Amino acid sequence: MTTTVSEARAEQPTPHRPRTRSRRKRLTPWMMLAPATVVLLVMTGYPLVKMAINSFQKYGKAQIFGAPPEWIGLKNYLGTLADPTFWAVAGRSFTLMAVLVIATMSLGILIALLMMRVNAFFRLLISIGLLLAWAMPPVSSVVVWGWIVDTKYGLLNWVLNAVTGTTDWSGHSWLIDPLSFYAVLTVIITWMSVPFVAFTVYAGLTQVPDEVLEAAQLDGAGAVKRFGFIVLPYLRSILLITAVLQMIWDLRVFTQVYTLQGLGGISSQTDVFGTYIFHLGSSNLGAAGAVSFIMVAMMLLISIYYVSKTVKDEEI
Amino acid sequence: MSVVTRARPTGTSAEASGARRPASVRRRGTAREAKRASANALWGVVSIIVFVCSVFPVYWMLNTSFKPNADVISPTPQWWPENFTLRNYVTVLFEPARPDRANFGSSFMVSLAVTGLTLLICLVFAFIGAIAVSRFKFRGRRQYIIALLVIQMIPGEALMFTIFGMVDSWRLLNTIIGLTIVYLAGVLPFTIWMLRGFVAGVPADLEEAAMIDGCTRTQAFWKVTFPLLAPGLISTGVFAFIQAWNEFLMALIIMQSPGSYTLPIWLRAFQQATQATNWAAIMAGSTLLALPVVIFFLFVQGRMTGGLVSGAVKG
Repeated sequence: MTTTVSEARAEQPTPHRPRTRSRRKRLTPWMMLAPATVVLLVMTGYPLVKMAINSFQKYGKAQIFGAPPEWIGLKNYLGTLADPTFWAVAGRSFTLMAVLVIATMSLGILIALLMMRVNAFFRLLISIGLLLAWAMPPVSSVVVWGWIVDTKYGLLNWVLNAVTGTTDWSGHSWLIDPLSFYAVLTVIITWMSVPFVAFTVYAGLTQVPDEVLEAAQLDGAGAVKRFGFIVLPYLRSILLITAVLQMIWDLRVFTQVYTLQGLGGISSQTDVFGTYIFHLGSSNLGAAGAVSFIMVAMMLLISIYYVSKTVKDEEI
Repeated sequence: MSVVTRARPTGTSAEASGARRPASVRRRGTAREAKRASANALWGVVSIIVFVCSVFPVYWMLNTSFKPNADVISPTPQWWPENFTLRNYVTVLFEPARPDRANFGSSFMVSLAVTGLTLLICLVFAFIGAIAVSRFKFRGRRQYIIALLVIQMIPGEALMFTIFGMVDSWRLLNTIIGLTIVYLAGVLPFTIWMLRGFVAGVPADLEEAAMIDGCTRTQAFWKVTFPLLAPGLISTGVFAFIQAWNEFLMALIIMQSPGSYTLPIWLRAFQQATQATNWAAIMAGSTLLALPVVIFFLFVQGRMTGGLVSGAVKG
């Protein structure tokens, strides 16, 4: 509808408008952007600069009692990089991210392919399930999963007892051991993240033209070949963008880890970047600043692809 | 919206063409159809498994929330609330206020106020901002949009202490205003970006047409473009609502006194206070936190995926 109207109008000559480049006119867009810009400069720009400055300063006991912070150069960074705890946290964060991205992406792609394959009824069924999982607030999700894996009355232990025909699992704690803590965490976050990937990839799949697929089928290409040579190239950019977003989100995960720690995990053995900064900040603001700076740098590095791709796609 | 619907022949094409083919081909055709039917059944079963896996935690939350606590901690799980009760919801909703602990009612009011304020201010700021970046050509426009995209990638987790320090120095800790300002910075980049897409989707020619018909530029905007932007404003608003309603970290550090907890902080505190003694009530609280989000989510789900891929932030 809208296109027809605009096309019809385009044919008519547009009336000549005098172009007065007055100062007022040039300032109008900036005036309109001013409120948002002020909020962003004060609440993101300033904290970013302040955090960077903190990371070069010493915050010790004296500073808690009001002494001005001492300038110590790169000592916070050197201290952080020499601290085995930091490397343990970094290792956990990156391993968790890798596992989550692989699990989320592969499950999401498989579900999207399934949605292409089944009829409208089953597609609706899958969509409803995914929507519900996606819509759950993070804290609600963690609390519910925490109840499922509860030590005493959790459903998981009951099921495992029933399946194995023993009582071995009664009172088994899933959150005390870091490895099974991470297994639970992975299940929770994957469960919440798959819907986004599945819906996005499904939307991409519907854009692959049927004619091309049919032609390939007539030429004798099997399902795997058709997927590899036709569907994948079409989906390439969608898959890359989604994977980059998942990497960013999974690397900065906080709510789920922190809430799950509250349900019975040991924070010193399960901290990731976000929760590590949170726990570090109360004792050493300078070191927390250094870790924060490293985290920001990593995020920006990963998002370079995403930002440049978006700028190109949207023709900004 | 799409007008193009593929015309379908009456009767399936397989039947129609099968009747005209020689017997041998027809037999092979039916064998293939049988294989297809069993494959369809298989994928149907897989679909049901996917559905059950994604819905199960939600079902288990609801199921538990309607059971008396005595049934909840029974050695064998009940798959259905046999002694259906709403008492857990009553417990959560009308839990008396205690000085050392937050209750649902006050946390709900805080969440509602912070979310409402964030939503309102964000929509106004983002709307005029989006008009500026999509309807005006000015120097620095491109750089501004790129800056918005980059700012979104700066994790709040890294800035929490400096933001805390600022809010503290303004004496705005434990206040609705303080948290709202923090949330605004969090949602603005994405909402400007999202609205920019909607504004760009309304052709400027429409406004020019209205101006030819005698409207002023402002009139043309309010009478022609603005009504067409309503769906965009609703989607953006719902997105900002969900972000603010679900947010956890900033609320955790800014709202430290129990009287100023938002709902996610309340739920976590409630869970810890009743530590595994009243799971039924915890599940009722969890349901109440999720309910508004689920309702609003259904409105914008389709736009969320597209928006998130080109905009990108997640709750």
